[in-house]
Amino acid sequence: MRENDVILQTVSKIAVFIILTFGVYLFLAGHHNPGGGFIGGLTLSSAFVLLYLSFDVETVNAGIPLDYKKVAALGVLIAVLTGMGSLLFGSSFLSQTFAYFDLPIFGKTELATVVLFESGVALGVIGVVVTIMISISEDV
Amino acid sequence: METIITLLVGILVSVATYLLLSKNLIRVVLGTAILSHAVHLLLMTMGGLKIGSVPILGDQVETYTDALPQALILTAIVISFAVTAFFLVLVYRTYQSTGTDNLYELKGSKDE
Amino acid sequence: MNNILVFPMVLPIIAGVLLLFFRSNPNIQRWGSILTMIVVFLISLWILQQVMIQGILRLDFGEWLPPFGITFVADAFAMLLVTASSLVSILCLLYAAFAKDEKREHFFLYPFLLLLVAGVNGSFLTGDLFNLFVCFEVMLLASYVLMTLGGEKKQLTEGIKYILINILSSWLFLLGMAYLYGTLGTLNMAHLSVRIAEAGQPPLLTTISILFLVVFSLKAGLVLYFWLPGSYGALPTAVSALFAALLTKVGVYALFRFFTLLFYHEPSVTHTMIGWMAIATMVGGSLGAIAYKDIRKIAAYNVVIAIGFILVGLASFNYEAIQGSIYYLIHDILLKGMLFLLIGTVIYVSGKTRLDQASGLIANYPLFGWMFLIMLLSLGGIPPFSGFAGKLLIGQGAIGAQEYVMVATAFLSSLFVLYSLLRIFLNMFWGETSIRLKDQMHLSKGTLAPLLILAVLTTGLGLGMGILAPYVSEAANVLMNPELYIEKALNHK
Repeated sequence: MRENDVILQTVSKIAVFIILTFGVYLFLAGHHNPGGGFIGGLTLSSAFVLLYLSFDVETVNAGIPLDYKKVAALGVLIAVLTGMGSLLFGSSFLSQTFAYFDLPIFGKTELATVVLFESGVALGVIGVVVTIMISISEDV
Repeated sequence: METIITLLVGILVSVATYLLLSKNLIRVVLGTAILSHAVHLLLMTMGGLKIGSVPILGDQVETYTDALPQALILTAIVISFAVTAFFLVLVYRTYQSTGTDNLYELKGSKDE
Repeated sequence: MNNILVFPMVLPIIAGVLLLFFRSNPNIQRWGSILTMIVVFLISLWILQQVMIQGILRLDFGEWLPPFGITFVADAFAMLLVTASSLVSILCLLYAAFAKDEKREHFFLYPFLLLLVAGVNGSFLTGDLFNLFVCFEVMLLASYVLMTLGGEKKQLTEGIKYILINILSSWLFLLGMAYLYGTLGTLNMAHLSVRIAEAGQPPLLTTISILFLVVFSLKAGLVLYFWLPGSYGALPTAVSALFAALLTKVGVYALFRFFTLLFYHEPSVTHTMIGWMAIATMVGGSLGAIAYKDIRKIAAYNVVIAIGFILVGLASFNYEAIQGSIYYLIHDILLKGMLFLLIGTVIYVSGKTRLDQASGLIANYPLFGWMFLIMLLSLGGIPPFSGFAGKLLIGQGAIGAQEYVMVATAFLSSLFVLYSLLRIFLNMFWGETSIRLKDQMHLSKGTLAPLLILAVLTTGLGLGMGILAPYVSEAANVLMNPELYIEKALNHK
């Protein structure tokens, strides 16, 4: 049974961008404020889930041809390897550091290595959540 | 406040126990989900509910709420999320291949 | 700073995740995972040597000092188990690589086996209670997937029970942890030990310790083993061997850590209880082992008996008994792997799962038959093989602790082990052969290789117990003197 979901589709076309922006904001805000890789990743993945809800799986897969299992694997790999990265500088596993840089537009900005780790977490969360959603809904 | 939350944990556990003991597999899955939420609440209560400010270094704050239980709960939630999702898919697959979601019909092999 | 400590856990994770990208190439999956485990094995041997030279090693994650950060603490006990489990996983992976179960290999068999090993190694190494929970869950999630991989009906129905019982025990684990944090305000194991010692382990803490006893008994199959035979019987050979070798042993390891490092002040309550539970386990396991004709069930009940036997050492709680338990634990990790590989191979070559349905296999496969004999003698604790030293020391220790009932049950249970396995041997290997030579399944050299290595290992360990002796006595020394562990695990250099 195919329902008429014009409203849902139109709203989600706009809402997805708002959610994605908010997800990126949460991800970047996470160093000093509530947010971070896990929460940002969940928000980002909710945008993907919304897309899958309002359009069918084939349409979305044609637009975003990603194997989400591999996204999750890539995320875990990035997270673990950034943890190992501190070994190269003679510190303990999972150590982190930060420094202030003068960037052209942003001015004085704090850049922290933990962002690299968090990006792995975010990718992992996106991959896992979307994989779960697709595999539960695949043949209902 | 701690007492009320502890009572709530008790209620959640009893609901979860009731669901776990039912024959229907979906109810069992829901039971495990509620069970894990109950213990997350308990972890938070045992760490002390709110005694100070947000545990982020700030200027005029004297006391901070213990952040450890929250970190533990976040981890535990992620784990229970993964387990519940896996369990749900497994139950669905079992239903597809055996044609029943009644636990009594899923007993072990006949020669036992 | 000893970053090397993290490798036994992190290398399998990295390799497992990398292998996800090589789904279409089974050869890379097979040999990549074996190579990884060989590297992990060599690294853990090296760490073991370092532990013997430098004493207990510690790694603070992210340079957060204990008791605030997460630490990995490697003492001789943990490293012996890491080494043994890495070794047995190499052999199980080797068996899986030659069994070529392509359906399962396509659905990420090797990545999940590697994640399982990562969880096991992490559980052995961690010095933090919550991290122990996380490593348990990594191991359990991988085991859930492995349990149901392939999607046969029996696997699915047994998988549901297995997952349900483990969710429940994880729940109890979190519950115990909440109570412990509420009363003591820390989750670092060494720090917990200090605070429990300061408080003198009042009845409240003893009660919490019993909660943990229930949790780890469920994992280890101590008394609460009713989930074990069914679920182990539903698995493919290599996976069941790895499960039998490792999963229950992690529970046993946790019991040893908890009741030697944390809750050792009231042995008259906790250790007596463990003693009676061990007796009940051995009795129940022995009854199960002789009651069934299904050889997978017999093998599963043999796992149960061994758990009871090892915990007799913990219940007796003296230096000899603990030493014996460590010997027996290492022996059991290797031999339970071998038992399940052999049983799986028997089912593969005969196509039968009941011991009265086949006979005379030794005529068809002489080498295989003799390896089965070696395995059963070794599990029974007959002198030239590796089970003997452990049994002897546990017996001595239990007599020293005047636990005569336990000694009697323990040695009677050994007879039951011997009888139940001899029954398989006499029925299935001896007698008139039931498979004609031209019909017999070919048993490749690759399949026999891991079995042969295990047979050589058990003989070698039995004859050369002296090589292990310094490591085991160091491990037992740390277990019996918690202050050694605490000093190294808490000091701020």
